[in-house]
Amino acid sequence: MIQVLFSLFALLAVIGALAMVLNVRNTIAAALSLVVTMISLGGIFVLLEAHLVAVIQIMVYAGAIVVVFLFVVMLLNLRRDVFGPSGQRLTKALGAVAGVWLVYRLLVLLEGRLPATQPLPDGFGGYRDVGMALFTDFLLPFEVTSLLLLAAIVGAIVLAKRRLD
Amino acid sequence: MDLEVLLKTLFIILVVVGAFAPVITWVERKQSAVMQDRIGANRADIAGITVLGLFHPLADVIKLLSKEDVVPEGAHRGMHLVAPLVAAIPAIIAFAVIPYGSSYRFGEDTLSLVVADIDWGLLYVFAIGSIATYGTVMAGWASNNNWSLLGALRASAQMISYEVTMGLSVVGVFMVFQTLRLTDMAHAQDTTFRLLGFLEWGGLVESLPAWLDWIRIPKWGIVLQPLGFIMFLTASMAENKRPPFDNPEAESELVAGYFTEYSGMRFGLFYMSEFIEVVVIGGLVTAIFLGGWAIPFVSQEAFIGGLGGVLGEGFATLLCMVAHVVSFFAKVVVMIYVQMLLRWTLPRFRYDQVMDLCWKILLPLSLANILVTGLVLLLVEGGAA
Repeated sequence: MIQVLFSLFALLAVIGALAMVLNVRNTIAAALSLVVTMISLGGIFVLLEAHLVAVIQIMVYAGAIVVVFLFVVMLLNLRRDVFGPSGQRLTKALGAVAGVWLVYRLLVLLEGRLPATQPLPDGFGGYRDVGMALFTDFLLPFEVTSLLLLAAIVGAIVLAKRRLD
Repeated sequence: MDLEVLLKTLFIILVVVGAFAPVITWVERKQSAVMQDRIGANRADIAGITVLGLFHPLADVIKLLSKEDVVPEGAHRGMHLVAPLVAAIPAIIAFAVIPYGSSYRFGEDTLSLVVADIDWGLLYVFAIGSIATYGTVMAGWASNNNWSLLGALRASAQMISYEVTMGLSVVGVFMVFQTLRLTDMAHAQDTTFRLLGFLEWGGLVESLPAWLDWIRIPKWGIVLQPLGFIMFLTASMAENKRPPFDNPEAESELVAGYFTEYSGMRFGLFYMSEFIEVVVIGGLVTAIFLGGWAIPFVSQEAFIGGLGGVLGEGFATLLCMVAHVVSFFAKVVVMIYVQMLLRWTLPRFRYDQVMDLCWKILLPLSLANILVTGLVLLLVEGGAA
């Protein structure tokens, strides 16, 4: 059952990712394909018993971030002609490098052997353990991240305000 | 086991989609009529019998099914066709984690009346709620109509904003009940506490007279988190885009907003998903704040223990189960009634007022609620008040 579900979600994730990249003409369709990938990844996380990560994957990435993408795309009414040819050569070159690196890593993985699986500790992937870890062992990084986000929000508002005034 | 899950799913779908949602469409019309001193829908009849107009939902479905399904020119055909489904499915599957009864022992077997009893139940509801935005956004964008697009833009901004508040407004409840599992939450509310017991915490009174022990109130979420209840109800009504938060479809400004270009049963699906969400909100509020299936002042043990001696354990358990399910749906009906009352009482807010209410009032209030709840929990050591 888990095998079947995993294959289904993995297939959907790959299809969504391909559809996103290949849908150059229709930005909204590309963003919606990204949502399919995000939700499939959420499903895979559930199968891996990482429930909190799965929920956050869906709530934050699929539910919030891509909605904001869509909002911006619809607000600016982006069409294909907006994305001029400028910078495309660099993007393609970087993409080629990343692709070669990915194939290399996959080959290395196929060569090697996966480590033996261990039984999961109690409460693995639940919100309790993640919360305890965040507020004890990783308190400082957690707080610093929140400061960083706050600075980003204030920065965005200052930039937007300057335009308005 | 699988058959059991299937039966429970079927029960929920039949009750929520098959019975509650159509009846609410009738209630909506009838209640507005009563509130505005009209008679309201009462003409649809089968062989002259009208039953207060209860056949109107049936007539609506027949009408919607027989209408032409129009896809406007220049619309994105595939997305236009799929959007109503994307809007309706999250509304239905959110009910999977809401318990409509406790768990009951029949001899060796236990039966718990919830489709999926998962540890992160409430988080699941929020995740599903965040997906619900896409139906609206897809519909608005795919229709190739500026009214629709504006409606979709408003909907996406409004739903994202209120999701934040909705999540933060129930954090206080997590803290009080120490769980995210909705079944545990309902169990924790199946008890009472002394109304004046707080006087003993700070040493204000040495010990209260014994007769005061009889003044008890149910330990429901609404009693422990009254502010959380109001904020959660407000945020979830805004999430559902019904008046007074119906800016995405504001008839006087945007024709019909994101579903302007929909006709026939595809429009019907948008319409139905709104009503299904009304039931889901009722169920959620009941499970989190109104004690779920609990009967006030009569806990499950007391019920089965009290009647078990007379009627036999098995029959008492069965009776208790029926009573709990009835209690749950009675509370859901009350919550639906409250939502309908608000819908026909308040006028639509202006869009900036909707946003101000979310970011400038509800968000700071919910954060303050978390702080105060944490302080009180720290003062009253030993956990839940």
